[in-house]
Amino acid sequence: MQLITEKGREGRGLSLLPPCDVERVRPDEADCRKLPLGMPAVSETEISRHYSALARRTHGVNDGFYPLGSCTMKYNPKVDEEAAALPGFTKVHPLQPVETVQGCMEVLYLAEKYLCEITGMAAMTFQPAAGAHGEFTGLLLIKAWHHSRGDEKRTKIIVPDSAHGTNPASAAMAGFTVVNVPSAPDGSVDLNALRKAVGEDTAGLMLTNPNTVGMFDENILEITKIVHEAGGLNYYDGANLNAVMGIARPGDMGFDVVHLNLHKTFATPHGGGGPGSGPVGCKEILTPFLPGARVMRKENGSYGWTGGEQTIGSVKAFYGNFLVVVRALTYILTLGREGIPEASRNAVLNANYLREKIKDAYPMAYDGLCMHEFVVSLEEWKDKYGVTALDAAKALLDHGIHPPTMYFPLIVHEALMFEPTETESRETLDEAADALLEIARLAQTDPEALHASPRTTPIGRPDEVGAARHPVLRG
Amino acid sequence: MNFPEELKYTDSHEWVKMLDEQTALIGLTEYAQSELGDLVFVNLPEVDTELSAGEAMADVESVKAVSDVYSPVTGRVEEVNEELLDHPEFINETPYDSWLVKAADIADTVTLLSAEEYAELVEKEQQ
Repeated sequence: MQLITEKGREGRGLSLLPPCDVERVRPDEADCRKLPLGMPAVSETEISRHYSALARRTHGVNDGFYPLGSCTMKYNPKVDEEAAALPGFTKVHPLQPVETVQGCMEVLYLAEKYLCEITGMAAMTFQPAAGAHGEFTGLLLIKAWHHSRGDEKRTKIIVPDSAHGTNPASAAMAGFTVVNVPSAPDGSVDLNALRKAVGEDTAGLMLTNPNTVGMFDENILEITKIVHEAGGLNYYDGANLNAVMGIARPGDMGFDVVHLNLHKTFATPHGGGGPGSGPVGCKEILTPFLPGARVMRKENGSYGWTGGEQTIGSVKAFYGNFLVVVRALTYILTLGREGIPEASRNAVLNANYLREKIKDAYPMAYDGLCMHEFVVSLEEWKDKYGVTALDAAKALLDHGIHPPTMYFPLIVHEALMFEPTETESRETLDEAADALLEIARLAQTDPEALHASPRTTPIGRPDEVGAARHPVLRG
Repeated sequence: MNFPEELKYTDSHEWVKMLDEQTALIGLTEYAQSELGDLVFVNLPEVDTELSAGEAMADVESVKAVSDVYSPVTGRVEEVNEELLDHPEFINETPYDSWLVKAADIADTVTLLSAEEYAELVEKEQQ
């Protein structure tokens, strides 16, 4: 497929771009480029066909079922886009006088208020650009808190072996040493291992609940207590909040600091590279350290800025990816007090429905009811039929379904992780179950058919190993 | 699966070949490479890096994941197998010839397993 710069002819253009309303200037010769810029010169027909062709080569939530575990690929209501496109939100500048952007300030104020209510936190910053950035910010808050108390010996962050890879990476980036604790056989935190791991050098624990295998850790109050009693703080990774929003609050589970992925849980488009939004909420003890400025409501009802004297400093320019916050607030207001928990209940119901339909054909990694996602292990298939998790995932593509997350979590071999989300209908789940059962049948009767999949996509099976070992970075 | 008798093993799936009392070659076992899958990148320590028994000393990356390689010994890196930087697949193809690090000045080790003990451990993990 041709790149946009390879299409068109010099001199061609389109009417989509407005005429330049800035006076043309000619910089000094020394500052000018020697080579032309290489901008595309295409007509409107060419550009619209180009992007339609690109869109046909992708799979998004608008194309079909997308049960990519841990990513919460729910449908993003179009009303959120409508709100984010309002000129009052788009035709503003972060350096405008505060009296002229009171509506935007109110959005930040309300979003903070509602998200704090959902998470059980006291305050929140919207600066972090996405999840891992939020983790990093949250860990800096934990570090600042310990240091403010003159306690500089706490250098270790405890992370379970089922955690998202970003957790240990963020901890290392924030200057901590990572201590890995093994999971119990049911996927929960091994309490004895945790008791052994904590000590005077424990800065904190990072955890998701429900955890990465889709189970709610019933020992959560004991877990956070063990860490608190050792003098550490508890960090909640909001990756799996979609299972419990409006039902169980991280703050009530004993967590001191959380990050959310607004782009996942609160229905804004993601998976295409952003922008995301990874706000960090915290209990009162950490509020003085929050980065950047936050919105406060004055007695007369207008909004102004506030910030702590002990702030860790800004982690991003201005107030983060503001329009993602507009979408998230629209989502929250649309669903309301009843709709938010209902969405979580349906996410859990859908995951269990799909799990029940396929459990006789797909060996489940863990028994019992799941939360918003579940993990199967195809190790037995690999040994018996020579069919791997990758083969099953590729075969799903031919059914018009985006594969589930593969080979994660690492503690489950040949893992496939399904997260249907609440926005899929029963018919969609039935169709997906039929496709999965058909693949399970082929695994036993015709493994070659699965090895040969996908047959219907623009690209078959790229040579992932070759691409990683010998990347060609320039054509 | 092949676990040569003359090597020692760790429960984190490294093998150790003692060259003399203070020097050893360290690599990844056949089981480790089969679990990791096709390796695409190897990150080795610098020569003269201090090694602590049980601490990460290198990392290997497959299409699936990045994993730490733990040092079975306390000592010093005398040499690294630079050939692996361009050919990580050698670890998949010939795991016991593809040593990662040559350690010297060995003062201590983690608990090392015999081939038989290691084979039992692997069998348990596979269940």
